[in-house]
Amino acid sequence: MTNPYKGSIRRAHRIKDEQGMKRSYLKASLAALGLVTLLAWLALIIVFYVAHQPWLAGVTLVLLGVATWIYISPRFYAWRYVVPGVMAAMIFIVLPMAYTLVIGFTNYSSSHLLPFQRSTEVLLNRTNSTGEGMAFTLHQDGNKYQFAFTSDDDKYYISEPSALNKEVRLKLQSVTTLPFAEDSALPLRKIIELEAPIKNVIAVTPEGNELRMSSMRRFSMMKPAFSRNADGTLTDNSSGKILKADMAGGYWKYPDGTNAEPGFRSYVGLDNYIQIFTEKRFLEPFGRVFTWTISFAALNTLFTFGIGILLATALNWDALKYRNFYRMMLFLPYAVPAFISIPVFRGLFNENLGEINMVLDMFFGVRPNWFSDATLARSMVLIVNTWLGYPYMMIISMGLIKAIPNELYEASALAGAGPLTNFFRITLPLIARPIAPLLIASFACNFNNLTLIALLTGGVPDYLDTSVPVGATDLLASYTYRIAFQDSGQNYALACAISSIVFLIVATLAIVNLRLFKVNSSNQ
Amino acid sequence: MAIVLKQSHRWRVFATHAAMLTFILITVMPFLMILSISLRPGNFAGGHLIPEHLSFEHWKLALGISYIDADGSLVKPPFPVLLWIWNSLKVSFISAFVSLVLSITSAYAFARMRFKGRDTLLNGLLLLQMFPSVLALVAIYALFDRIGDFIPWLGLNSHWSLALAYTGGVAQHIWLIKGYYDSVPKELEEAAAVDGATPFQAFIHVLLPMAVPILVVVFVLAFLGGMIEYPVASVLMHDEQHLTLAIGSRLFLFNQRYLWGDFAATAILAGMPLTLLFLVTQRWLVSGLTSGAVKG
Repeated sequence: MTNPYKGSIRRAHRIKDEQGMKRSYLKASLAALGLVTLLAWLALIIVFYVAHQPWLAGVTLVLLGVATWIYISPRFYAWRYVVPGVMAAMIFIVLPMAYTLVIGFTNYSSSHLLPFQRSTEVLLNRTNSTGEGMAFTLHQDGNKYQFAFTSDDDKYYISEPSALNKEVRLKLQSVTTLPFAEDSALPLRKIIELEAPIKNVIAVTPEGNELRMSSMRRFSMMKPAFSRNADGTLTDNSSGKILKADMAGGYWKYPDGTNAEPGFRSYVGLDNYIQIFTEKRFLEPFGRVFTWTISFAALNTLFTFGIGILLATALNWDALKYRNFYRMMLFLPYAVPAFISIPVFRGLFNENLGEINMVLDMFFGVRPNWFSDATLARSMVLIVNTWLGYPYMMIISMGLIKAIPNELYEASALAGAGPLTNFFRITLPLIARPIAPLLIASFACNFNNLTLIALLTGGVPDYLDTSVPVGATDLLASYTYRIAFQDSGQNYALACAISSIVFLIVATLAIVNLRLFKVNSSNQ
Repeated sequence: MAIVLKQSHRWRVFATHAAMLTFILITVMPFLMILSISLRPGNFAGGHLIPEHLSFEHWKLALGISYIDADGSLVKPPFPVLLWIWNSLKVSFISAFVSLVLSITSAYAFARMRFKGRDTLLNGLLLLQMFPSVLALVAIYALFDRIGDFIPWLGLNSHWSLALAYTGGVAQHIWLIKGYYDSVPKELEEAAAVDGATPFQAFIHVLLPMAVPILVVVFVLAFLGGMIEYPVASVLMHDEQHLTLAIGSRLFLFNQRYLWGDFAATAILAGMPLTLLFLVTQRWLVSGLTSGAVKG
């Protein structure tokens, strides 16, 4: 027998001859890769630092230090290989999970979108017009425009010429008389045309006061609406009231309790969880969705496994011809991408135009409301997902059935057993144990089958008696998707709190799965 | 096995064939319908499974070609399907490449080296791959929204962000590749070590060339995973020009603008190559899964 690894052995020996050259190539490319990574990392730290995120920059710097240490110290030789993959898993799996947990404890939503600093900046940048101002006229010179101002106490100013094509600060010059002819001022009609660019103009008097357009004939002095106090509070300049930041509520608050928009993100502790579990308007839909999610995942696992193992048994039957052809055809639903097959079903099940209702109408005279009746919609979801999922179970079961020793079936045939006895007394008990972890994985997978619901029903039919939009076919995953990204005010925090609860469920399943997996492998 | 066959045996075989064919007919029916719809004129369903008039208007639109309809007006493609396909290819290729590169060395260390924390890490990775990214959608969205403030090309609506978000598959890839490394005899690398190769040289020149099949398979699986992913893409991508095919094809079937025929043609155009690719590689995927279940 020829040694299949002969080539590799020869290659292993040849390395010795080429060692010198190869080694230097390898080393040079590795060193270059390391250098590029190092530089990219340093650049990232600088970006964070410049963007006033010293905390983030610090963490990145520490990480860089740890990584450099690992790659320099011989003690951590094995870790040099492990770090890229493990770090990727940390950044792309663990970090988003951790961030989800964190957001679950905040009030992050459309009314609390900005961080505290940014929300404060928005307030500080707001301006109010004071009554003071000046009348203005506009004069054209080629494609440039020049303003002339007359103040209420009859002082005159002119601005520098400007093309008025973007936001501009125009310095004003004090003059004794206006250097324009009486009739050279542009007519009101023209000013209305130019309103948008004029609105962007800030006129700055020699004393440093800023004026903005307040009407078609006047510019008014603008004052900041809020100013910051030494103790961290804000003063509303128009009323003199003091605003305090309500860190728990996520708003700057007036003394009388009204809020200044926009709110900011803040930590609210367990509020979201308390909401979910105590307030009826959240608890009730959550309960319904949770029940349906569990039943959907369980029923779906049952159906796909049932169909899958039946087909697998048949396909392992030696007396059956054309098994490869059958196998191919039966596998097809799994091979077609879900983002194509699910919308195909959405179209086929369409109540008015769909082929399925056409056929049902032709033969039975019925046109079921697949998308507006809760029970029908749920059955449709189950039908479609069973169609999508049985081939996987079939293929897995086929592999496991093949591993059952043929003698068992011969013995049972001698004892006169039929196919049913064979199936329930030999096949099923023998594959139950190895397939258990896969069944749990399938359950966990369907538990979070957002793609199916988002592409097939979008959750409809919606319940009419709930205050948050939620539908009869919504799974927990699609429910959170709707809370966060569709209707009901983009409540990211609530969505994250629900996701965190689902994390717990998935974690439990995963640990059970790992145990089963261990038991199986130690038995082999 | 030599068993005397009963009279009922032949009937049983026949019944199984009949049941199989019926079942296959039912499962394949949606594909036949979609093929027929893509060849029917107009965007409304109706008519026989075998269309009376063949029309390639939907196919033309799917391929980005305008046509003149019966009234003499020019019909332009409703969506840039080819651009979407290109976007999908780009994102999937980058993410598959990055996640493959990140996992090959880790898998090597897990397969060949003994170090502190090895088993914990391996179990941790096994647990992590059970958590779907669907649960962290809000966090992924918020993170890339934040990152975009610092690094604009890595924010929302960027293909780089999407490709990176897909890289979370490394946990699964490390396990798949490690399983294959385990099946390659260790002695070959030891021979190289005797000749003076460092562990890294032995890995690059001896183990890696033999592991090419699994690398190809993992690459293709990661690539397919990127091509068909829906939830993360739907959250990160909004501009019509930046959509991937998986989220773009949804735009065909709004209730107000129901482009059933155009969707059918696009679905076949995009689905065929992906399906074929999957059929070719599925043997490896399934054997990887079951061997993982048996070996541990």
